[in-house]
Amino acid sequence: MGNQSPSHRLIIEAGRSEAHYWKDLWRYRELFFFLSWRDILVRYKQTVIGVAWSVLRPLLTMVVFTVIFGKFAKFPSVGHAPYAVMVFAAMLPWQLFSNALSETSNSLINNTAMISKVYFPRLIVPGSAVIVGVVDFLISFVILGLLMLWYGYAPDWRILTLPLFLALALATALGAGVWLAALNVKYRDFRYIVPFMVQFGLYVSPVGFSSSLVPEKWRLLYSLNPMVGVIDGFRWALLGGESNIYWPTFVLSLAIVGTVLLCGVRYFRKVEKTFADVI
Amino acid sequence: MSDIIIQVENLSKRYLIGHQRQEGYANFRDVLAEGAKSLGRKILHPFLSSTNQQIDNSTLEEFYALRDVSFEIRQGDRVGIIGRNGAGKSTLLKILSRITEPTTGRITIDGRVASLLEVGTGFHPELTGRENIFLNGAVLGMTKAEIKRKFDEIVAFAEVEKFLDTPVKRYSSGMYVRLAFAVAAHLEPEILIIDEVLAVGDAHFQKKCLGKMEEVGGEGRTVLFVSHNMGQVKKLCTKGILIESGQIGFSGSSTDAIQRYYNNNINAEKGDDFWKINFPIRDFNNRKIQITDISLFSSGLNLLRTYDKLDLIIEFESKIQIKSPSIIVSVKSSEGSEIFRLSNLPISGVPFKAFGNKNKISLVINKLPLVGGRYLVSIAFAHEMVEIIENYDEILCFDVEPTDVYGSGLMLDDRRGMIAIDHRWCQIE
Repeated sequence: MGNQSPSHRLIIEAGRSEAHYWKDLWRYRELFFFLSWRDILVRYKQTVIGVAWSVLRPLLTMVVFTVIFGKFAKFPSVGHAPYAVMVFAAMLPWQLFSNALSETSNSLINNTAMISKVYFPRLIVPGSAVIVGVVDFLISFVILGLLMLWYGYAPDWRILTLPLFLALALATALGAGVWLAALNVKYRDFRYIVPFMVQFGLYVSPVGFSSSLVPEKWRLLYSLNPMVGVIDGFRWALLGGESNIYWPTFVLSLAIVGTVLLCGVRYFRKVEKTFADVI
Repeated sequence: MSDIIIQVENLSKRYLIGHQRQEGYANFRDVLAEGAKSLGRKILHPFLSSTNQQIDNSTLEEFYALRDVSFEIRQGDRVGIIGRNGAGKSTLLKILSRITEPTTGRITIDGRVASLLEVGTGFHPELTGRENIFLNGAVLGMTKAEIKRKFDEIVAFAEVEKFLDTPVKRYSSGMYVRLAFAVAAHLEPEILIIDEVLAVGDAHFQKKCLGKMEEVGGEGRTVLFVSHNMGQVKKLCTKGILIESGQIGFSGSSTDAIQRYYNNNINAEKGDDFWKINFPIRDFNNRKIQITDISLFSSGLNLLRTYDKLDLIIEFESKIQIKSPSIIVSVKSSEGSEIFRLSNLPISGVPFKAFGNKNKISLVINKLPLVGGRYLVSIAFAHEMVEIIENYDEILCFDVEPTDVYGSGLMLDDRRGMIAIDHRWCQIE
């Protein structure tokens, strides 16, 4: 009644980039967690072993790697760290990245129904897929803790920097994931390309081996893989000074991750409006 | 005079439709060339959205789902958006709900919008009813606190208390729809947009939903309602917008809009002692059985009245041979309830010879028992008891004038039942 200033004025026009978008992201922030919650719940419904899978998966991979690379191939470990710990310290960020990447790149397609029928800022979809990866990460982190306890290997102060490297890993996954999710909507080829990329990446990233094994002349090319920086960082933080980070290439990784993320989000925002028409 | 809450100016939405080449590829070389060309285009321009693509005359066609649409909606209006299938109603709602972008034009909205374009958006079959209420609510824009607050109301409206902890995939379709609507009904937006979701669900549920929507409208909120059920539109909406082939056909009161919608489907001419209602020959795509003309002859001097004699004549062409043909004529009230159905076989037990190229069938109703009101006729062709070949749903509409059939001075219309019955009263004691 009376004079009301518009509580919420919205203008819809072709090509208009909305200032509301970021405000809307904040308003819909709870949806991030609801979607992740849904994905996690659904994963374990009607399973018998249930949550145990989250534990078994990283554990078994670590065992296989330790046996193959450590015992058979006899790759050297880092300093005094047991091979198993070195591998696991790298597997943590790698599995975070690869799971987040696979989930994120398919996230939009898996939510076709919602995207064509309801409005919400679409960035929430890949965002929530990344959060699911974090939950798995935390479980694996506990296993790592137990493993280090078993070997009697204690980390030093550097472990406090771990959250920074975690953020870097998430940024990498989100950056690549957002690109792939958007591209996947229109070109479904990416559904097949991503598993291949992940497979390939597993051998090119220092998961089963340490970065110190890479000869100088290949180092620059090798460091173009942003996961190199992330994994080296994780190892550095968890294994104390025994594992080294090559700081110049680390900075390069940072720059690459930042660029990929920013460009990815921009591209996503640009094509977001056509999702409902194309999906 | 309340404020304008939605202003739509010159809205258009264009889609590009791809066509496959009709003549097929001439040879393998052409196939390769075509493939290489499109691959090259995709690599060089991966960021081209569909609206920027070059229009290649032979393979892409422009289709305007909406063209130059303008209208205003004021706060508190309850607007019914009606039109034939494919007119552009759902596209309009999608644009208003920000799901897709307009091609040109501008919309200004003052107020929070909540859209219900489909029931159960966000529902996951593996999750329980309880979990899905939270999920669906969050997807529709409610905060967790809000959902918690309204949880009991939602459950009570949906009548699923017993099944809250069962996975939704075990629900009957009725329960599913009730739950989905219950969540959406408890949003508190300033503008509520609903797209044909009431088509599912039984009569009890539809009544409940309409009631809830009336409540919402009564609270001063604005409601936009798309429906094919004119009875519901008349009941719920004060204003009506008729959309025809992507443009506004009419905008005004809901009764007038509904009238216009029907009028566009029939046209009638008066003869000396009959009233012939013509069937406008429309451009149907290649049907197996194509109706070419329908006429409704009545013995009355004015419009159809109760207890008139009616002769329905259907002329059609049949492209196929049917050994035991069946024509089914169904008459529905404007609210959608079927009042009676007749078919030569099996209902009336009158076998017809096999349909030939040109056919003419007559159905005579001696005393039309319908009270005053508007009725819709659907005509279907079938293999008797086997399968329906063609269905012309609601192809004809006619009005029956309220008539004093019982000689009591009372004009019988749809407020007093649907049919007239030959009867007699007696006071025995």
